[in-house]
Amino acid sequence: MLLITCPYCGARPESEFRCGGEAHIARPPQPGNVDDTAWADYLFYRTNPKGVHAERWLHAHGCQRWFNMLRDTASDQVIGIYAMGKSRPDRPKT
Amino acid sequence: MVQTYRLVRGGRIDRSKPIAMRFNGKELDAFAGDTVASALLANGIHFAARSFKFHRPRGVFSHGSEEPNALLSVDRGGGRIDPNNSASAIEAVDGLSLRSQNHWPSLQFDVGAVNGALSPLFVAGFYYKTFMWPRSFWDRIYEPAIRAAAGLGRAPATPDPDRYQHTHAHCDVLVVGAGPAGLAAALAASEAGKRVILADEQAEMGGALLHELTSTIDGKSAWAWLEDTLARLASRGTVTLLPRTTAFGYYNHNHVGLVQRVTDHLADPHPDLPRERLWQVRAREVVLATGSHERPLVFAGNDRPGIMLAESLRVFVNRYGVVPGQRALIVTSGASAYTAAADLKAVGIDVAVVDARPHNDCAVEAAALRAAGCEVLAGHTVLGSRGRGRVSGLIVAPVDDSGKVGARRILPCDCVGLSGGWTPAVHLFSQSRGKLGYDAAIDAFAPGTSVQAERSAGAARGTYQLTACLGEGWNAGAAAAGLARGRRFTASASRTGFRPFRQLPTDGAKGRGRAFVDLQNDVTVKDIELAVREGFESIEHVKRYTTTGMATDQGKTSNMNALGLVAETLGKPMAEIGTTTFRLPYTPVTFAALAGPNRGRLFDPSRTTPTHDWAVAAGASFEDVGLWKRARCFPLQGEDMDAAVARECRAVRTRAGIFDASTLGKIEVVGPDAAEFLNRLYTNAFTRLEPGRCRYGLMLKEDGYILDDGVVARLARDRFHVTTTTGGAARVLQHMEDYLQTEWPNLQVYLTSITEQYAVIALQGPKAREILTLLVDGIDLGREAFPHMSLRIGSVCGVPCRLFRVSFTGELGYELNVPSDYGQPVWEAVIERGQAFGITPYGTESMHVLRAEKGFIVVGQETDGTVTPDDVGLAGLIAGSKTDFVGCRSLARPDLVSPGRRQLVGLMTEDAQGVLEEGAQIVADPAEPIPMRMLGHVTSSYWSPNCGRSIALALIAAGRSLIGRRLYATTPTGFAEVRVCNPIFVDRKGERVHA
Ligand SMILES: [Zn+2]
Repeated sequence: MLLITCPYCGARPESEFRCGGEAHIARPPQPGNVDDTAWADYLFYRTNPKGVHAERWLHAHGCQRWFNMLRDTASDQVIGIYAMGKSRPDRPKT
Repeated sequence: MVQTYRLVRGGRIDRSKPIAMRFNGKELDAFAGDTVASALLANGIHFAARSFKFHRPRGVFSHGSEEPNALLSVDRGGGRIDPNNSASAIEAVDGLSLRSQNHWPSLQFDVGAVNGALSPLFVAGFYYKTFMWPRSFWDRIYEPAIRAAAGLGRAPATPDPDRYQHTHAHCDVLVVGAGPAGLAAALAASEAGKRVILADEQAEMGGALLHELTSTIDGKSAWAWLEDTLARLASRGTVTLLPRTTAFGYYNHNHVGLVQRVTDHLADPHPDLPRERLWQVRAREVVLATGSHERPLVFAGNDRPGIMLAESLRVFVNRYGVVPGQRALIVTSGASAYTAAADLKAVGIDVAVVDARPHNDCAVEAAALRAAGCEVLAGHTVLGSRGRGRVSGLIVAPVDDSGKVGARRILPCDCVGLSGGWTPAVHLFSQSRGKLGYDAAIDAFAPGTSVQAERSAGAARGTYQLTACLGEGWNAGAAAAGLARGRRFTASASRTGFRPFRQLPTDGAKGRGRAFVDLQNDVTVKDIELAVREGFESIEHVKRYTTTGMATDQGKTSNMNALGLVAETLGKPMAEIGTTTFRLPYTPVTFAALAGPNRGRLFDPSRTTPTHDWAVAAGASFEDVGLWKRARCFPLQGEDMDAAVARECRAVRTRAGIFDASTLGKIEVVGPDAAEFLNRLYTNAFTRLEPGRCRYGLMLKEDGYILDDGVVARLARDRFHVTTTTGGAARVLQHMEDYLQTEWPNLQVYLTSITEQYAVIALQGPKAREILTLLVDGIDLGREAFPHMSLRIGSVCGVPCRLFRVSFTGELGYELNVPSDYGQPVWEAVIERGQAFGITPYGTESMHVLRAEKGFIVVGQETDGTVTPDDVGLAGLIAGSKTDFVGCRSLARPDLVSPGRRQLVGLMTEDAQGVLEEGAQIVADPAEPIPMRMLGHVTSSYWSPNCGRSIALALIAAGRSLIGRRLYATTPTGFAEVRVCNPIFVDRKGERVHA
C-alpha cells in the first residue's frame, strides 16, 4: 500500500485515496471545434508509461481535495506531489 | 505413548511441565517448550504424514516453517479445526488433538498409496496430458474426480468461533527475524532511541542461537548472551518484541504485514484475547534478518520417514532434548553438517558421515569428527534407501575423481540428516522488489540493490559466520537508525562452505526408487528432466508444468535444487536460469486473520432511513440497495409480495400512497456561479430556471453516456437543491468536485452533501393534495399557485419543510423534505391524516412498477454506462441553447449517432399473464440458427396491476422503428412472443401529474 502525502492532510495510506488517472489532460476549451479523432484522443488515449507518470489523486476518504502526483510506475516511488493547476515539476515550462 | 526418545537433561524444554496431546487418537506426551514435531520424535513417531500425490509415507523433515512433509490438522476443540499446519510450527499445548492427512482409511494403511505403484502415469504435466479429451468429460467426470482426490487437509465445516484483530503500527525500524543478526540490529537501532519492532515467527526469540550449545559470543555462552540481549531490548521502552509473529508480506513503501499468533500456545486463553492479530506496520526502515534454509540432497528414496535435514537433527537434540535415532547417518556436501554430527555424537548417538565431496575438500572437518570417534566416508554417494515406514539403511558407494561410482554397500541407520548447502531466505527482500543476483560463491540468489528503505543482514544475505552475522546486523540496525557508533563482536567460528549437488552421482543402474526434489508436491528429478526435454525452458514454465515449488511450503527447501537441475539439463549457468517469483505470503495466513473483525454484523455497515423503525413495526419486507435497507413492500396479514405490490400500486393510482425516498442523494450547490456550474454539468439549461422551480436533470459522463439523473430545484439565485439516484449519491458528488476543482477552479461554487440531513417523504396519488392541505403552513397548494415541477419552502406539521411538487409515479405528487430527526413523526402524521383517504404505504417494488408503467427510466437498470439520452428517448432534455456541457461533444461521435443503436421501447407479451425475465435476450426469429442475432434485452419487467397485464421495457436495436412488430424474448424454457410498443403504458399524455 502506497504512503501518499496529501498536500492538505499529510501522509496517509493509499486506501484513503482514489487515483483519477493521468494528469494534465486538459479539457478542450471549445469541444465543438474539436474533430472526432482529437476528441477520441482526449477521451480515451493515455500514455501509460513505464517510469515517471503524472497522475491525479483524490483524498476521497479525507479532505476530498484533488492534487497531482508524480509516481514511478515501475518502482511505485512517489517523486513529487503538487497542486492542481500547477505544471509538471520535472518538465521545463513551455 | 511415552517419551522414550528424550534425553534426561538438556534442551530448552521444561520437564516439570508435562503436556498431554493426542495424535490420530492416541496419547502424545510432551513438555512445555516442545513443538508437535519434537513431541512426535520424542515419542518415536517418524511416520507422520502421507505425501500429496503418491501418498508415500513421510516424516518430520525440518524444525521450522519450511516443513514440506509433516502437515497436520489441528483440532483445538469447539469447532476450532485448522488443517495443513506444519508440525514444526505448532507449539505443544495441553488438549491439542492432531491428525495426519491425505490418507484413507488410516495413516498406516492407505488406499491412495496405489498412486505410488501407478507412478509412471503421474509424470510431469500428467493432468494436462491426460484429461484433455473428450471435452465434455472435463466438467462432469475429470474435474469432480480430481477435486475429490486433491487437497491436503479438510476445511472445517463450522464457522470459526475465535476472534481476530487488526492492528496498525508505525515504527522507525522494523527488524524481521530475531536470530543473531536481527538481535544485533535491534540492539543498534534501539540504542539510538528509535522506535523498534522486532518480530520473529518462533515461540522463542534467538533463531539459530537456540540450538547453539558450544558457541560463545563476547565471552558468554550463546544462551547467556541471548538472555542478556533480550533483557536489554525488553528494558528499552521504545522496543516492541513480537515473538510468534510472522512477517508474511512486504508491500509498497515499507508496509509490512505480520501475523501474530496470540493464543494458540495457551491451553486456556483469556476469552478477551484474539486468536491472531494482523499487524500492518509502516516502517521508516526495515532490516531483514530472516536467516536461511538448509537444502536436502537428492537421491533415490530420499523421502522416507526418518530422513530429515541435518541441522534439524541438531535442533531436535540441542533445543528439545530429543533423540531422533540411535544410529544417525549424515549425508552432506558441506561443512555445517559436521557440527550437527558432533552434537549428535556428544549425546551418545552413533553417527557416521557420508560426504559427497572428495577427501581433499573436507579434510579439516572430517579429521575433527574422526577424532571424536565417528566414521566419515568422503567422496561417497547415496544410491538408495531401505526401510518400511521408516528408513533402516542407505545404499552408499564411493565415487572416484573421474566420477565413476564404485561398489555399493548398505549402511544401517534409523535416521538420516541431509545437508546440501544453504539458501538465504530472500522472500521478503524479493517481495520488496529488491533485485536478486546469483552469487556462485554461496550458490544462491542473494539480495542486491534495495528498492525500498531496507537492508538485509546475516544469513539472509548469505553470511554464515556468526561473528560476521552479528556485525552485519549491528551495522544494518545502526544505519537504519542513523547511529554512527560501530560495535565489534567476538564469537566462535562457524563451519561454513558447501559444494552444490543438484542430485548425488548415480551408477546408472535402473531402479524403482524415485529421487524427490519437491517433497510436498512429489516432484522428482525425472519430472524436471522430462519437462525440460519437452521444451519447457523458462523456470516459471517448468514450475507450473511440474508443480515444483508450488505447494504450501512454496519450495523453501527444494527450489534451489530444482533450479540447479533445470540449469544442468539445459547446460546453462544458474544466473541465466534465474529464480521464480517469490510471492506472498511467506507462510500460509488464515483468512480469518485477514478478515479480522470485518465479518458477520461488522462485515458491512447498514444505512437505515428515518422511518426504518416504523417500517419494521409495520411488518415491511426489506431489500438491500447498496448499504441501505429499504422497505420493499408492506404486506398485510396473509398477503404475499405480489398481492401486496398489486394493492399498493392500485392505491397510488386511485387514492394515495406514501413512500420513504430518503435514500435519494441530495447535494446543495451554492455560490454565485452555481447556475453556470450546473449548466456545464447537466444536459439541461439552468441559467433561466426561476427560483421555486424544478427541472428533471440528466447528467452525462464526458463520453456521452448517462451517469445519473434527478431533480434539480432552484431555492434562490445562488442556491440549488440537487437530488441524485440512491446508488449515485457519492459518485455524483465526486464527479462534481472533480470538475469544480480540476477543470473550473475559477467558478465560485460550494458543494455539500445533505443526503443524511433530510428525510424525504413522497406522497403520491389523486388524494395527495387533500391529505396535505391541513398539514402545511405557509404554502398555497393550489393547482396554479403550486404547479408540477416546483418547490415551496414552508412547514409541515410545524416542521420546516422543502416541499417539492414532483412525481416518479405519474400521479399528482409531493415530496416532503424535512429534517431527518422529524422524518418519522411527520411520516406518522401524514398517515394519520390520510387514513380517511385510504392512504397506503408502498415500498421500492411498487415504486418500480409505478415508474415502469410510466416508462420512467432507472439509471443502472435501463442504462448500463453505454446508453445515451437519445437511446432512452430523452433527447428532449438536451438544451439546444447550449454549445457545451459535459458529454455534449461525445453525443456527435460516429458511434453515438449510428442508426442501429439500441433504443428504449415497451414490450407487451402476447400472453398477458407471462412476466418476462429482466435481462432476457430479444430475437427476431426463434427458428434462426444458433448463434442467433441478438436485437437487445429486457431491462425492466413487471406484472402491472393497473394495466392488468405483464409489461416490460427493453433496449432494442432501432427499437422505435419496430413499434407494433412481433419479436421474441428468451424464457427459461424457450421463447415468449412479444409486441413492441410505446414505453409509456399509463396516461400517455401525462395529464395526471397536473391534477
Ligand atoms: Zn487530504
